[in-house]
Amino acid sequence: MKIKYFYPLFLVLLVSTALASLPVPPPAGGTVTGKVTYTGTPPKMKPIDMAKEPNCAKEHAASPVFTENVVTGPGNTLEWAVVYVSAGDQGSTPGTQTLRFDQKGCQYMPHVLAMQVDQPFEIVNSDPHLHNIHPLPKINPEWNKSQPPGTPPLMAKYDKPEFIPVKCNVHPWMHGWFIVLNTSHYAISGSDGSFSIKGLPPGKYTLTAWQEQFGTQAQDVTIAGGETKNITFTFKALPY
Amino acid sequence: MRPRLEVLALFLGAAALLLTAGAAPCFAQIDIHIHTATGPMESHVGDVTGHSEPGKAYYRRYCIGCHGPDGDGNGENAQWFDPNFGFAKPRDFTLATYKCRSTPTGTLPTDQDLYDAVTRGFVTTNMPRWLALTVQQRADLVAFIKTFSKKWESQKTGTPINIPPEPTGNIESILRGREMFQKMQCWKCHGPEGHGDGPAAATLTDSKDNPIRPYNFAVGSRFKCGQTNQDLYRIFMTGLDGTPMPSFADVIQPNDAWDLVHFLRTLQPLDTPEAKAWKEWVVTHGKELKPIGAEEAPGGGQ
Repeated sequence: MKIKYFYPLFLVLLVSTALASLPVPPPAGGTVTGKVTYTGTPPKMKPIDMAKEPNCAKEHAASPVFTENVVTGPGNTLEWAVVYVSAGDQGSTPGTQTLRFDQKGCQYMPHVLAMQVDQPFEIVNSDPHLHNIHPLPKINPEWNKSQPPGTPPLMAKYDKPEFIPVKCNVHPWMHGWFIVLNTSHYAISGSDGSFSIKGLPPGKYTLTAWQEQFGTQAQDVTIAGGETKNITFTFKALPY
Repeated sequence: MRPRLEVLALFLGAAALLLTAGAAPCFAQIDIHIHTATGPMESHVGDVTGHSEPGKAYYRRYCIGCHGPDGDGNGENAQWFDPNFGFAKPRDFTLATYKCRSTPTGTLPTDQDLYDAVTRGFVTTNMPRWLALTVQQRADLVAFIKTFSKKWESQKTGTPINIPPEPTGNIESILRGREMFQKMQCWKCHGPEGHGDGPAAATLTDSKDNPIRPYNFAVGSRFKCGQTNQDLYRIFMTGLDGTPMPSFADVIQPNDAWDLVHFLRTLQPLDTPEAKAWKEWVVTHGKELKPIGAEEAPGGGQ
């Protein structure tokens, strides 16, 4: 009688301990997907004249590069908007992966780099000439470093959340953003304006969408379980 | 008799008017409220300890006109400083970003750095040298300036960069420095001849989006952050935070940095040993020099 039950019990015990020792996958949680869109007339982006940096002018001779303050996609969508949990955040994991910010063809790649507080990132110069990398924070310390061609990546991180414009004084058209957040629940809208934030534990959240020219929009969303909620942020675009 | 009385009455009336008119702005001044961000601060300059409480009184008397009651550089005189004509706006102490530091870029300066800036003033700007104040008064002002930013509570002062002893500024060192000037693309802003007229010079702005000019070596004036060879070394190795001048500490080795210092001295119309050595060499070897600037200009420019 006793032995008869022992074997399956032992098996269950074995399987459960094996499962427990495996790395625990992050809680599946809910997902918020959606699009960032605009109404109205967005400003026209201007072609950038890079004549002052012959290398870059040559690189973009075939197709000129445009400013990226407002990048629109099909169906009135907006690229480079940052959507993040601004209130009610829970279950965030620290950002440990080293991110990459490249200077290529006198442009920043990506235009908007979102990161977490204390998350390391490297700044790379892929151009055959010097850049100075000059982020302009007000809360975090302001530094300004030169990076000649062929020098190793600069390592950096910020310890306070802040939206930081980045510029290169030598090439004044170069313009990007470091978005430092204290949540791991964020996404940047793609070329079709879509975003997706995964792994949200059940709860009530405020999601904020930020676009460098149009400011911020916030929406509340409640996640009950492993569901997917769809929301749309709509900015009012002004042609200037 | 009667005319005399009238004159006396007129005189008394005028005096009363003058007194009230003159006194009103005085009382108004007493009411100026200075907004600070932190509690009392101290500074340490040599053996002298500065305190922010007396510093506040000196600030109200000497600094408030330009730097303002909030320490943000918006004093009532600031509107007359036009950066388009090369006059930098007064420093905004609330950001705690300082040009002249002995510490690496992105760190807070030492008390001595701030003290030196107050003492030295800023050439080409409206900030005078405050030599008329005592050492104690200047140290008190340094302590008080720090009360405008919480960064002085949350961040540590940077560690001053190490400056190795200066090697001889001979012609070999100068020529190596000239190569650094080309390689580090100093000419992009400062110009191939150091005249402050490089291709990027016209579009430079400081961190508050005000136009700013790169240093013109041909003028030969002292630098904003000092005048010795050590000061010059420190300027490009720490960078001038808040301006377009970046730090080269990660990319220039100490020996190369001294070479660059020696070359930069030849761009100034000063009677320095480097300038003398350079002049003698250029007479016979000038034609061997490759011009500084873009190496391959498109369309046969340059």
